[in-house]
Amino acid sequence: MSRKLLTGNGAAAWGARLAGIDYIPAFPITPQTEIIETLEHWIGGGQIPARLVTLESEHSMITAAGAAAATGVRVFSATSSQGLLYGMEMLYAVAGWRAPFVLVNVSRGLSAPITLEPDHNDVLAARDSGFLQLHCATCQEVLDSVLIAYRLGEDLRVRLPVIVNQDGFYLSFTREPVEIPDQQAIEAFLPPYDPENMQFRASAPVSQAVAVLGGGPYSYFRYETHLASLQALAVYDEVASEFEKASGRANPAIECYRTDDAEYLFVMMGAFATKARQAVNQLREAGWRIGLVRPRLFRPFPEEKLRRALAGKKGVIVIDQNISFGRGGVLHTELASAILGKSEKPPLLVSFIGGLGGRDISAEEFYEMARVTKEAVVDGKAPEPRLLYTETELREVRKLQGIACVERQALENEL
Amino acid sequence: MTETAFKHMRDLPSTHLLGTGTPACAGCGGLQAIHQIYDVLGKNTVFVNAAGCMTLLSVYPFTPFRGSWLYTAMASAPAGAQGIRDALDILIEQKRIDKNEDLQVVVLTGDGSAYGMGLSATSSAMERKLDFIYLCYDNEGYGNTGQQYSDATPHAAKTSTSTGPGGYPGFKKDLFSIWAAHKPAYVATVIGAESLDLARKIQKARDIEGPCMIISLSPCPTGWDFDPSLTAKVGKLAVRTGIWPLKEYENGNITHTRKPAKRLPVEAYLNLQGRFKHLFEPKRDEKMLADIQTQVDAYWAKVAS
Repeated sequence: MSRKLLTGNGAAAWGARLAGIDYIPAFPITPQTEIIETLEHWIGGGQIPARLVTLESEHSMITAAGAAAATGVRVFSATSSQGLLYGMEMLYAVAGWRAPFVLVNVSRGLSAPITLEPDHNDVLAARDSGFLQLHCATCQEVLDSVLIAYRLGEDLRVRLPVIVNQDGFYLSFTREPVEIPDQQAIEAFLPPYDPENMQFRASAPVSQAVAVLGGGPYSYFRYETHLASLQALAVYDEVASEFEKASGRANPAIECYRTDDAEYLFVMMGAFATKARQAVNQLREAGWRIGLVRPRLFRPFPEEKLRRALAGKKGVIVIDQNISFGRGGVLHTELASAILGKSEKPPLLVSFIGGLGGRDISAEEFYEMARVTKEAVVDGKAPEPRLLYTETELREVRKLQGIACVERQALENEL
Repeated sequence: MTETAFKHMRDLPSTHLLGTGTPACAGCGGLQAIHQIYDVLGKNTVFVNAAGCMTLLSVYPFTPFRGSWLYTAMASAPAGAQGIRDALDILIEQKRIDKNEDLQVVVLTGDGSAYGMGLSATSSAMERKLDFIYLCYDNEGYGNTGQQYSDATPHAAKTSTSTGPGGYPGFKKDLFSIWAAHKPAYVATVIGAESLDLARKIQKARDIEGPCMIISLSPCPTGWDFDPSLTAKVGKLAVRTGIWPLKEYENGNITHTRKPAKRLPVEAYLNLQGRFKHLFEPKRDEKMLADIQTQVDAYWAKVAS
């Protein structure tokens, strides 16, 4: 085992390297590019025997990834944002092929307006694709999750591709100390990919991904994919526990931080959850009984675990770093459906949206969200979802608009 | 130059490897070509299919193929071929599978994909020198959805989205030249009605390493509106009128493999098809017929010079 300062992108590349990947269909996009560059440098330097091919788009990249996995090699790929959306047709398709491979998504806000900084609308657009989803909060977790993802996706009870998500900039370009496990320890944890009957061979002709006629066979295969995804809940626990034995690091499906005696909970995903963690510590010092729940596994949705974590709590502060226009936060609706009619005394869920396009969520905002939620619990009624935004931010935007107006006026006067 | 095993019609394989009972339309010129192509390529193939008519060849749990098949999507079949080719190469290189397990990777797309949505993926596969065969069955329209015009539709043809008096106002895209501009290993036009020419070209494509690109004009009874019994006749006339030049590109040179000694007038081909009926009825559109003839004459004048 060695310890290095690695960016999230470096950690993703190390995860792929340790997994002994054979094949990397690639396409550059900020803030992901460093991952494929790192892997290419290792290939170019003869340090790993993998093959990297740059396709002309993410749509082709995902197609090549699925086709190679369906031929029986271990495949890795990475993308972000617009790239994930450009490949969206094929995300759904290759999940239907039941072709297991790992795709690291480096989250970045979606156009329009075009931006480089992160939120989770990209990865959540793939929510219903059939890909399993692991969401990371630290660079260490990125490395660990890539390794866990291969075991999970390749498991015969699952056989699905997996997205490992990390936040652009906050993880992708941030150096953190990361423990790199020994190759030997990982080889025991992650044996070579056994494609079983998923392969193209002269001696064993097979038709994959064929058309079906009618809703009967169609539903059969779609349900099968759903049930396989649900099986990944139990398989995840097994795999994470074996990974803990091999590495000493726990990666439970949901992270529960100071939740046991808590009356209030923050629930959020990704790197910004580390800010919530800090807020929990501060609020605890101020006398609050508050904790953090962070789903690491998002697909399949660890509903039962979340229900248990939320049981008996008074109020839950759900912070979505995404926005479903005309509805609100995705995690909020998912949590609400998890407890509705299934909890005896469900906690009050209060919805907040923040962190879009890399917008910071300040400590003061965490305190304010806790305060609003406490009041709502006293009233017994959840307020309308809040869109986090400060007067200062609004003033800054007004300034930009002011500059635009002044400049336009000046140009018009010249003409 | 590859020595051909196919000197006479009697040399052509009679294996009929492709199964029967597919849902293809009666008289499908695309299937006519695929039958013959499959017999030359053999069963150690994997067909990587893009959305189109032939997607319905393999419908769960049946397939007419003795070999393998992967359906991808409309735009990215060449990328699917890339993934399979690379994976097989890796497995063979690392001795994880025997060399005998190798497969010829064949992309199978219609003109909708080849001329349009899939062109970017195809261009890039040629650029990467992918070792594969690309087979486009070109029935000059989005046939599977009821023959809307595509980039492959010829001038003046009526389609379900060009129903006006003049038919389709555009001109058929010159995909052969676009492909050849990439300098791939091999490009050829074929047609199911000219079996010997087709077999020789497919044999070449099979034996040459690198991207081997085939366009098969595929007379389409349902889309072009002619009787299914006429598929072979329409195909032969496409060649004899000079509308569908049979040619190949190799090592920077274009060779016409069939130069009709005395070309028949284009109307011999056009008047068999309902999609060109408006050029003849209720009265002959002399100008349009002359325009189409002039274009074909100009093409062959250039070939001769």
